[in-house]
Amino acid sequence: MSGEAEPFIRIENVAKSFGSFQAVKDVNLTVARGEIFSLLGGSGCGKTTLLRMLAGFEDPTAGRIFIDGQDMSGIPPWERPVHMMFQSYAIFPHMSVEKNIAYGLKHERISAADRAARVAEMLDLVQLTPFAKRKPHQISGGQRQRVALARALARQPKLLLLDEPLAALDKKLREHTQFELMSIQARTGVTFIVVTHDQEEAMTLSDRIAVMDRGEVRQVGTPTEIYEYPASRFVAGFIGAISTFPARVIRLTGDLAEVDIPAMDGTFAARATPGLTEGQEITVALRPEKVAIAKTCPDAVNVVEGQVKDLAYFGKDSLYRVTLPGGDLIAVHAVNARRGPDTARPADWDDKVWLSFEPASAIILTD
Amino acid sequence: MAPRGADGPPLPGQPAGRAMSTLARWFHRRGWRDLIIATPYAWLILLFLIPFLIVVAMSLATRTPTAPPFGYGGENPVLNFRGYARLFTDTLYIRAFVTSLMNASIATIFCLLLGYPMALGLTRVSKSWRNILLMLVILPFWTSFLLRVYAWMGLMGRNSWFNRMLTDSWNWLVPSDWAITSVPMMNSNFAVILVTVYTYLPFMILPLYASLERLDPQLDEAAMDLGSRPWRVFLDVTLPQSLPGIIAGGMLVFIPAAGELVIPVLVGNPSSPMIGRIISDEFAQARDWPMASTVAVALLVLMVGPTMIYSRYQQKAEGAGSGEEKP
Repeated sequence: MSGEAEPFIRIENVAKSFGSFQAVKDVNLTVARGEIFSLLGGSGCGKTTLLRMLAGFEDPTAGRIFIDGQDMSGIPPWERPVHMMFQSYAIFPHMSVEKNIAYGLKHERISAADRAARVAEMLDLVQLTPFAKRKPHQISGGQRQRVALARALARQPKLLLLDEPLAALDKKLREHTQFELMSIQARTGVTFIVVTHDQEEAMTLSDRIAVMDRGEVRQVGTPTEIYEYPASRFVAGFIGAISTFPARVIRLTGDLAEVDIPAMDGTFAARATPGLTEGQEITVALRPEKVAIAKTCPDAVNVVEGQVKDLAYFGKDSLYRVTLPGGDLIAVHAVNARRGPDTARPADWDDKVWLSFEPASAIILTD
Repeated sequence: MAPRGADGPPLPGQPAGRAMSTLARWFHRRGWRDLIIATPYAWLILLFLIPFLIVVAMSLATRTPTAPPFGYGGENPVLNFRGYARLFTDTLYIRAFVTSLMNASIATIFCLLLGYPMALGLTRVSKSWRNILLMLVILPFWTSFLLRVYAWMGLMGRNSWFNRMLTDSWNWLVPSDWAITSVPMMNSNFAVILVTVYTYLPFMILPLYASLERLDPQLDEAAMDLGSRPWRVFLDVTLPQSLPGIIAGGMLVFIPAAGELVIPVLVGNPSSPMIGRIISDEFAQARDWPMASTVAVALLVLMVGPTMIYSRYQQKAEGAGSGEEKP
């Protein structure tokens, strides 16, 4: 999936300042043809600025952007082979659905019949054919989102930029639309760059994700890489739930590290990362679902005792907050696999429990 | 206004009290809403419809040497349509209408051409600048309107520095055969249009600004993104969406400009009077109240016509889509 062989989009040392505020700092990224690439981060992390620079609405203060080998410096938005789906959809309110979709096509030298055929094809792609003559205020939010998509795709862009494509939709519609977006991307083969603050959206949609923070790209990788192998505490904390504990490396043996975790009052085995040295201060992070909870002491490498402080029962699963010997809390996620009045959940409020985790599950973070 | 206690059972043997409480109960049920809805109607009926009907009635009377100088009947028909007949036969009125409509149209077009870029500019500057500039748009209203017209008269007069500067630059630019002693600006339709544009420009800018200010700037970006250059974006996105503002501003300028009295009297061409001047002269000089009323009614019909067409068009535009079934 990585675009090293033939980068379709190359972002080279791009920076952008607004006055004294640095919105984007020295970003390097490559995106492969046909990829769904997400820029993920909180508000103000520079993801939207980066997207606007790709569209040509902002000029980079430094660095260059190449799309399909072509340097985009100084090329205005109307000459770029890039179309954008705006967060607000920005549908022209005075034009019908059909006219909105046809808007970009009037700059192409094609016959009226070809244009009509193209519009019909787009309407069909987003299943809006019966609504062709409607005005934007006469259709629902989800339909407007599809008009925006069809309009952006009508001119067959090389690259489609999507700014928070699902943010304005309600939860149920969002899930449906997510899969629809993926299937449309697969059918058209257009490269998608998606800006989102919603990690779940980024995880399901994307081939690769770039996690951004304060104008910098903190990590680029597939959803699995980002989730399972976060490179820093920031990325680990941003994607999914995680409990982190300060720790120190005691000894390194092969690919295992013996770490002292004061919060758990003991030493534990964890999968070592390259470049680790004995005595180094580190952070150990544990995903809630990677920690097992039991009322009897399990036979495992890493076991720690605790007491259930809080629990949230969701039906299919439960989330526990367990007090560790050092007084800190750890989040534990357990699937309620068994049914019955007593066995529905492994532990209850104030129960004394044993927590265990695999050495490979403990994430060692040095950054 | 009506306390809840007024709803209580009416005291026996007190019809006045019963009537009051019935009224209070009615008022309590729906009074406020109806009162609020009725207020503008009452205003319109009292201050527009009734006076207008009086004017219409007066336009059908016959001029008499009495005071007030009109009456009904006598040797003439009770309803005298002489005035309306004269409207279409006497070229004075026809020419006055044509002059008024021409001047008002040209002034409206210039107001639009000048006001549109200003209104658009207002939406593109920072908030603090915007307030200052909006203030400047309204600022001329703080000086007396008459004073401002007199200022223009001074500027346009033959011996003003302004006129001399224009004369000198003209003489410097063209061959000496075409040299002039002064630029004839005063007492012309040009002067009327110039001062009308100057006076009514804020009435064009403000509604335009109101409609442009509501436009989503992302729509411009979307159009650019889809391949339109800025000028094309303006034509495709900004202009059509500001149409209500253009029409509102156009009517706010055109309607008073067509009936304008002071500007044509002070700076206009006396030999081609505008309609306001005619109405004024018929009332005051000729003391022909029925004829003056007739002209006033004709002017109103002429002005109301376009307004009705516009509101009909707008209703149709809104009704066109909503008639279809919704999903």
